[in-house]
Amino acid sequence: MASIRELHQQLIHKERSAVEITQEALDRIQTIEPKIHSFLHLTSDRALEQAQQVDAKIAAGDEIGLLAGIPIGIKDNLCTQGIPTTCASRILQNFVPPYESTVTQKLADAGSVMVGKTNMDEFAMGGSTETSAYQLTANPWDASRVPGGSSGGSAAAVAANECVVSLGSDTGGSIRQPASFCGIVGMKPTYGLVSRYGLVAFASSLDQIGPFGRSVEDTAILLNAIAGYDPKDATSLKVDVPDYTQFLTPDIKGKKVGVIRETFGDGLDPEVEKTIRAAIAQLKDLGAEIQEISCPRFRYGIAAYYIIAPSEASANLARYDGVRYGARAEDAENLMDMYLRTRSEGFGAEVKRRIMIGTYVLSAGYYDAYYLQAQKVRTLIKQDFEQAFSQVDVLVSPTAPTTAFKMGEKTADPLSMYLTDLMTIPVNLAGLPGMSVPCGFDAQGMPIGLQIVGNVLREDQIFQVASAYERSTEWHKHSPKL
Amino acid sequence: MLDRAQVQKVAHLARLQLTPDEEATFTTQLSSILDYFELLSELDVTDVKPTTRAIEVSNVVRVDRQHPFPREDILDGAPDREGEFFRVPKIVTGD
Repeated sequence: MASIRELHQQLIHKERSAVEITQEALDRIQTIEPKIHSFLHLTSDRALEQAQQVDAKIAAGDEIGLLAGIPIGIKDNLCTQGIPTTCASRILQNFVPPYESTVTQKLADAGSVMVGKTNMDEFAMGGSTETSAYQLTANPWDASRVPGGSSGGSAAAVAANECVVSLGSDTGGSIRQPASFCGIVGMKPTYGLVSRYGLVAFASSLDQIGPFGRSVEDTAILLNAIAGYDPKDATSLKVDVPDYTQFLTPDIKGKKVGVIRETFGDGLDPEVEKTIRAAIAQLKDLGAEIQEISCPRFRYGIAAYYIIAPSEASANLARYDGVRYGARAEDAENLMDMYLRTRSEGFGAEVKRRIMIGTYVLSAGYYDAYYLQAQKVRTLIKQDFEQAFSQVDVLVSPTAPTTAFKMGEKTADPLSMYLTDLMTIPVNLAGLPGMSVPCGFDAQGMPIGLQIVGNVLREDQIFQVASAYERSTEWHKHSPKL
Repeated sequence: MLDRAQVQKVAHLARLQLTPDEEATFTTQLSSILDYFELLSELDVTDVKPTTRAIEVSNVVRVDRQHPFPREDILDGAPDREGEFFRVPKIVTGD
């Protein structure tokens, strides 16, 4: 399984052309898709055209960047001009964006080759990719299990080697949890490090775009390409972006690693716990100083999140009214009837549920009790992290309390699905960067991920720890039998 | 606890029309979710300031200049249009 750097070497030494690499990915997709269903739309013709352009550059003797000619998958909530962008929702079934998101523009400029748009939970609301209006995506390690979510298609595509890297978005764990479930690396950068321009909004104060890869290095290379200030996103941070690959060093002697005590409580699968404890012991062997850290308000994260995120979602999704774009219900009697029917036919159950929660908690008389309370709790959770980072460089925890569950196992009980985000949500509430790195398998052969969390804009610390850990283990070399 | 009438009211505020089945399911599910939110009342938040965004960015300004979007590209995406307008069903009803 080739890495970005290996493929780059093959390209510049003219051992293979970009068209050959792209064609190999497209052929692999043809073979794998009937089993996995990672993609909602394939962009084969455009991909081959992009690859030809890279080959023309190489033939002309021009220098090419690391991502040039690299096949990549894009989550279907990122607007791609002229290419359908559905958010896996019926309401955007025929939506073809008239503009390009900043991240996909940057990737196109870098010469990367988009092979398709990946499946996801509808509007990124879910933890299993089962709320997609179009298809179920299978976990490449066991097709009867979910790939996680909401960026399940992006994670499965990379795990199944249908593309080299992919982009996802993470509002409460939607990159890290599927990365954990699919046995790959996934990173949610600091809020504001990557422009959200052209990302279909779910919960604007929490959403962040990030990379998936089969190695820490591939993930760092992809983050290099998408990070940076963008005047089109008012929450974008005006900071210098370092080359993240410089932090991929094996040495973490003296690095202070905090273990979040509250993530080892009830509901944590014993096999996951054992594996995470072993990974922490491995970090210790590598010279890291391990200490237990308490984040006492961590456990209030889910409740605060499921007030704040649906509140923002209910406002963000008010725009889907059938007037300017997307689907519209036929033969409505009047405007109100058209709104009601368009939205009721266009949104699936989970999206409706979250719009309802958000509308309720923001409605007159409930605002203080729910929304304001949740925002205050958000402050307390942030303070817990601030306290923790005054003592340590990074925090570690399991990424998810269990490995990938069976399809259909949690769909009947939304709250049980929400509780799977226990470990990842507080990180979004505080806007911090977090990564999931493969750290083992359970007895069923399902992957387990270690979550590494850094302080604001301290992606460097995460990359150092993740890279040192990865170099000392073989987990990332395993791949699913397909 | 939510009752069915409240669920209907919230659905209308959100411009959703629920089937009787959805109404029943949502009444149960939203009630259990709201019950779960009660957990937050354990915390004393007196004098705690609310966090509206994770990382504060202030005074974000830009030059006040128009960047007109190609009109046809926008109108092309409309479910229904008439010339340069989005077309919608009648707004005023008889009653």
